[in-house]
Amino acid sequence: MSLLERYPNAPGAWLGELPITSRYTAGLAGERFLRAIKDDGKIMGSRCDRCGITYVPARQFCERCLDELDEWLDVGTKGEVYTFTLLFENLDGTAREEPEVVAFIRLGDGGLVHKLDEIHLDDLDIGMLVEAVFKPETERQGSILDIAYFRPTSP
Amino acid sequence: MGMRKVAVVGAGMTKFMRRAQETGKELSWQAARMALASCEMTLDDIQAVCLGTAPDAFDSIHLKGEYLSDGAGAWGKPYMRSYVGGGTGVFAPIQGWYHVASGLFDAVLVVCEEKMSSFYPHAQGAFLTIFDHTTERPLKPNLLWIFAMEMNRYMQTYGISKEDIAHVAVKNKRNAADHPCALLGNPDITVEDVLNSELLAWPVNRLDVSPVSDGAVALVMVAEHVAKRVTDKPVWIQGVGWSLDTAYWTNRDLAYPRYVEYAARMAYEMAGIKEPRKEINIVEPYDPFDYKECHHLEGLLLADRGQAPQLAIDGVSLRDGDMPVCPSGGLLGVGNPIAAAGLMKVAEIFWQLRGEAGARQVPGQPKRGLAQAWGDLMQVGTVVIMGTNP
Amino acid sequence: MTSKIKVFPGTPLREVDFKEGKILYRHDEMNGQYAWDTGIGIGSYLAALKEGVLLGSYCRSCRRTVVPPRTVCEWCFRPMNSYIPLKDTGTVNTFSLCYITWDLKRIKEPEISAVIEIDGASPLHGIMHKLGEVDPEDVHIGMRVQAVWKPADEREGAITDILYFKPIKEG
Ligand SMILES: [Zn+2]
Ligand SMILES: [Zn+2]
Repeated sequence: MSLLERYPNAPGAWLGELPITSRYTAGLAGERFLRAIKDDGKIMGSRCDRCGITYVPARQFCERCLDELDEWLDVGTKGEVYTFTLLFENLDGTAREEPEVVAFIRLGDGGLVHKLDEIHLDDLDIGMLVEAVFKPETERQGSILDIAYFRPTSP
Repeated sequence: MGMRKVAVVGAGMTKFMRRAQETGKELSWQAARMALASCEMTLDDIQAVCLGTAPDAFDSIHLKGEYLSDGAGAWGKPYMRSYVGGGTGVFAPIQGWYHVASGLFDAVLVVCEEKMSSFYPHAQGAFLTIFDHTTERPLKPNLLWIFAMEMNRYMQTYGISKEDIAHVAVKNKRNAADHPCALLGNPDITVEDVLNSELLAWPVNRLDVSPVSDGAVALVMVAEHVAKRVTDKPVWIQGVGWSLDTAYWTNRDLAYPRYVEYAARMAYEMAGIKEPRKEINIVEPYDPFDYKECHHLEGLLLADRGQAPQLAIDGVSLRDGDMPVCPSGGLLGVGNPIAAAGLMKVAEIFWQLRGEAGARQVPGQPKRGLAQAWGDLMQVGTVVIMGTNP
Repeated sequence: MTSKIKVFPGTPLREVDFKEGKILYRHDEMNGQYAWDTGIGIGSYLAALKEGVLLGSYCRSCRRTVVPPRTVCEWCFRPMNSYIPLKDTGTVNTFSLCYITWDLKRIKEPEISAVIEIDGASPLHGIMHKLGEVDPEDVHIGMRVQAVWKPADEREGAITDILYFKPIKEG
């Protein structure tokens, strides 16, 4: 029993693409969360007292007990850098002269992944306090990018 | 077989909508908490979670199982996503069944979700991926080709007309008028309306097809000792079956779904059913297209080959007929958020057997029902049989 | 339970809710570009198409000739025994007259998709392709058809090296 062999002149690969265009609604919680950023320059969390957790970004429900979360709170615009990375390449693979700094910033019991700026790389440290810098109100669109970046701050 | 008895004790669902504001997570959560509330259970009582959702492309989210896990109540629990295309909605409760029947868990939550509006402008684009990328997709097919060709072959083989089949769409869209979650219920629709609707791909017209939708459905499935504690009206899983045909869809009989027959025979044997036409009171076969209901009734051995359209024409399959088919309104009427639509059929049998289907209730206190779904590349059959007796 | 519940969850939106900015949403385009290896069976199928030949493969145990060719028989799970060059003629197993393109544009003259059982392959073994040079009114199941090939120097080893199948004029 021998296996069939490949024709010697067979093409190696078939090239193709998948046209994928998407439209994502912000959702019930997302709508309220993003509008607070856009209209009020506030970062909102939602709290489950039963489980003792403050979700950031705010959610509609607690994933641990499935209760609806109607207690929303302003968690402020300052948080600690929980971890960070330095990106030396752009998305398309080209090199960057100056690295881009991306951090996970702890807010409540959750937090946001966002860019850091106005910072010396030497000062960068886990645990450092940073604050959100919002775009001017007229430029905000109800997007997470309405926060331009986070920068170092003091308590 | 040494397996434990398994009952469905709770169910919940969202509206089926063309575009929902809720995210997929939020839809899943709404259905899941409603299912838990319906049997006065909490997430603490649930030991494992089964999620069903169709291709990632529909929600335009990769790893949809992980993405939906919080809304499905899976935090910190054994969790598994199953996926057999359109057959998923009836496979997920089969997975729930063997989680419990095996003795591994006493209570599981089964959640199915789809948010097809995320694929913009239309979910059709996502369906392209079902065709072989090298030998078929270069022809620029659309999904309708495959269904239109199967319908044509079915009609030709048995001498069935488009008008015969249109009775199915009329029945289901009329039934859906009584479903509070339905997208396309219409109590006044006629066969002429279906035949005169926009021609998409002959022989398929607009009203022969179910609408793409957003929605979620959830069930609570438990072992016997839990069922007795939480309800006096458990609905028992009596039989399950699933089967697959070749993935080369142009290499098989398009007039008869043999894989559905294999799945049905597996379920009938488990349920001890010898004469399905006499022993099954309500049927919810998968009806993304009107001819598919007929196709599937024949594969389920509930109609002779080529004779299923006659059931709708003669009124046998109406809600007050001898064998009600799709009393929910089916996918054609309630909507087709793929995996959620399949689980909606299982939920419908649950509500019907408990006498809780409201305006949709079939008369005569039905004792046993069957739900079936179908999918992948038109090749998988999934079947669940439920009854008021264990 | 549905009989007790009056209001089911879910917030249906209309298209204008997006257009008028009543709700927040995000539009995204993913860039999915792929190179799918052709493998053994399909690689050979494409190579044969370039030569103007439809290729199948044969399983001796099942006495079955399949198209497109594959290396393993899924029915007996043994290796297929040989490639079989098939004729480029066949019979329409089923067809559709499609008035919608793959990206949902309406068209006046229908595209005619068909499953064509290829001569030399086992019964019910066909491929999907399109029909041409035929009035949509005249297409029928059981119709005999033949491949219309691209000129040899334009073929690239693709299923589109066959432009379409056209009816065989009897007699
Ligand atoms: Zn909680
Ligand atoms: Zn074989």
